[in-house]
Amino acid sequence: MTRGIKKMTTEVMDAHDMHDDHSPAKGIKRWLFSTSHKDIGTMYLVLSLIMFFVGGAMAMIIRSELAIPGLQFVHPEFFNQMTTMHALIMVFGAVMPAFVGLANWMIPLMIGAPDMALPRMNNWSFWILPVAFGLLASTLFMPGGAPAGGWTMYPPLVLQTGDAFPFLIFSVHLLGLSSIMGAINIIVTVINMRAPDMSLLKMPMFVWTWLITAYLLIAVMPVFAGAVTMLLTDQFFGTSFFLAAGGGDPVMFQHIFWFFGHPEVYIMILPAFGVVSEIIPTFSRKPLFGHDSMVYAASCIAFLSFIVWAHHMFTVGMPLTSQLFFMFATMLIAVPTGVKIFNWVATMWRGSMTFETPMLFSLAFVFLFTIGGFSGLMLAIAPADIQYQDTYFVVAHFHYTLVPGSVFAIMAGTYYWLPKWTGHMYNETLGKVHFWTSTFFVNLTFFPMHFLGLAGMPRRIPDYSTQFADFNTMASVGAIGFGVSQLLFVWVLLTSKKGTKVTAEVWDKPPGLEWTVPSPAPYHTFETPPKLSDADGFH
Amino acid sequence: MTTTTENHNADERYYIPQGSHWPVVGSVGLFFLMLGVSTWLNGADSGFYIMLTGFAIIVFMLTGWFSTVIGESIGGLYNDQVDKSFRQGMFWFIFSEVMFFAAFFGALFYARNMSVPWLGGASNNFFTNLLLWEGYESTWPSNGPGNVGGEYEAMAPLGLPLVNTVLLLSSSITITIAHHALIAGKRAQLTAFLAATFILGFTFVYFQGVEYMEAYAHLNLKLTSGIYGSTFFMLTGFHGMHVTIGAIMLTVIWFRVLKGHFSADKHFAFEAVAWYWHFVDVVWVGLYVFVYWM
Repeated sequence: MTRGIKKMTTEVMDAHDMHDDHSPAKGIKRWLFSTSHKDIGTMYLVLSLIMFFVGGAMAMIIRSELAIPGLQFVHPEFFNQMTTMHALIMVFGAVMPAFVGLANWMIPLMIGAPDMALPRMNNWSFWILPVAFGLLASTLFMPGGAPAGGWTMYPPLVLQTGDAFPFLIFSVHLLGLSSIMGAINIIVTVINMRAPDMSLLKMPMFVWTWLITAYLLIAVMPVFAGAVTMLLTDQFFGTSFFLAAGGGDPVMFQHIFWFFGHPEVYIMILPAFGVVSEIIPTFSRKPLFGHDSMVYAASCIAFLSFIVWAHHMFTVGMPLTSQLFFMFATMLIAVPTGVKIFNWVATMWRGSMTFETPMLFSLAFVFLFTIGGFSGLMLAIAPADIQYQDTYFVVAHFHYTLVPGSVFAIMAGTYYWLPKWTGHMYNETLGKVHFWTSTFFVNLTFFPMHFLGLAGMPRRIPDYSTQFADFNTMASVGAIGFGVSQLLFVWVLLTSKKGTKVTAEVWDKPPGLEWTVPSPAPYHTFETPPKLSDADGFH
Repeated sequence: MTTTTENHNADERYYIPQGSHWPVVGSVGLFFLMLGVSTWLNGADSGFYIMLTGFAIIVFMLTGWFSTVIGESIGGLYNDQVDKSFRQGMFWFIFSEVMFFAAFFGALFYARNMSVPWLGGASNNFFTNLLLWEGYESTWPSNGPGNVGGEYEAMAPLGLPLVNTVLLLSSSITITIAHHALIAGKRAQLTAFLAATFILGFTFVYFQGVEYMEAYAHLNLKLTSGIYGSTFFMLTGFHGMHVTIGAIMLTVIWFRVLKGHFSADKHFAFEAVAWYWHFVDVVWVGLYVFVYWM
């Protein structure tokens, strides 16, 4: 009986395989109906790049307005729309989809799987995003304009949003839906689709950090959806969640929001840790130092991220004991983060290092993310934070973690794996120029903001006192420079297929299964489970 | 032992599904749904119809997508690994639902233990109470110091809510009996107990409706009755919505059982629905304890 069923199964599968495309479908169908992790990964990355420029254009408007004191280009209300939309688009449109794109492309290749575990759901996760951003972007043209109360959507301010309000809420719901499905897919892929002899602790760091990130996503995106649902019902259906007269509390929104929001910042940085943990060993020609301790450190960071949220709220009037708890819990995160930083440094120690573009971006990541980490430590000190709250110091801090942090890691990863995707080497010289201009300008943009913040310049305001003029002009010059540098990145990407052909290995004996498949990676890889060998970096 | 070897052989080749248009159809449906709700909330009547269109497209998508998957499953395309992926996917989906409810339970606990007592002057909020809400003494249930929504009566834990608790807990037992019957190959028992489960489920939803009407008509307890009304209706409402979805899912697999689907060793859809049903049951126990009883 069993034998009979099995035979039938094989026959059906064979028939299916004959129909099945061993080459991609033609035209638009390839992208609309895709079940290929590579195509879906590409779509994620392209969307992310587009959103990076849309959000970047908004940053250009913000920095142009702030270049000199006084109001010059835009109306203050439009300025507020720009700060809000810039944040929403960069967080949910640029950084998160870029990491999901890298995960889609690389996780199956790294664990020896033929594809993601749930390929159709994978496609849906992507195709929800254009809908969500379409709805969100349409608010720019509505009566009352786009959301302008900040990406954190604090009530009661956010309840003053015009027609954009329900669009904001529902686009957040859709983004959450997409993220949850993406995260489920990644967890199931990693747990269920690994090559038979790849134990959990043999997994590459990028896979590990994404697994942990996916758990964070599943745990907090639904909470975020709940929080914005409460906003919606408060606005339209007369509930009192955030209304003190009815027994609710506007501060309650902040608690629920940051219960999502703090893990969210680790959602944006843990995959970045994974990317640089892949790159630094390759170009140091040494295995990653302390692989297992990296895993434990990332897990600790993820756990701690759930119990530190109220450090975003030190000035809202919490009981003293809460402030102390959240202050100390936050500072504790410096320990596992330190483990990671020291491990990267130890990986490079006495390595025979070379400095190709991915390595340069990774090195800059280690330096500059650490600056962002230290300013975070300063912000964690509750009594000091009362001074820093809502100043440009906060802006400097999180941009250091997100731009030379997450974005640099995304670029490092792109340069690192691009030859695997295209089969050709990108233009290394232009890549290096892109790196140096980006690094120079990113520091010119964000470093002066520390001084502005410490001197008391408030964030999210289109005008400022003349005493802040010089540093603001520097930051604006830096921002424009950084923006223009990214055009170079696009040029490198567009011309990437013109470079010399690369081997399967691309780099000098890089560790990992992804380098055992040809470059460009064929449409179907690992149709049967691969065997791990020492030569691939598995010991 | 031979079975294990055979399964292993079957796993030697991975299974990748063919491309599908259902995800994109789903996205189109979501677009119209969200566009419709948003414009409707903003006061455009046409939004309502756009919303219905979107909803219809989503129902169409779900039906089509599930039929495709059921067809492929019956066609024997799926190996053990696919089955495992489905199971794990369902598990994490339910976990995400748990976290969604956690947000609303969190709001309930925050209101009961923090915001309402603070408005009454607890902790270091003596002046909040004295200057803003003089004379307000915190209690639970509460519609806040502003008496938002007017005088109301809280829902008593005995009566319908208790009946509903018994209904839902029994339905968890009936579906377990049905599951055992399926494994033992007793199809008649399976059919009967599965039917009992969704009948209990729909009865629960019906009583919930009766309870809501009672609340609105006689207790003046509404969604607008301050934080108590907000947490009461949002928690029980979202739960009721999940029970409805679960009961529909039970009905669907009941029809599949009638058509002879599911075998003792291959019945992922049945188990997924059973897990989902246990999940709504557990949420209800939490609701009964924290919303009605304590």
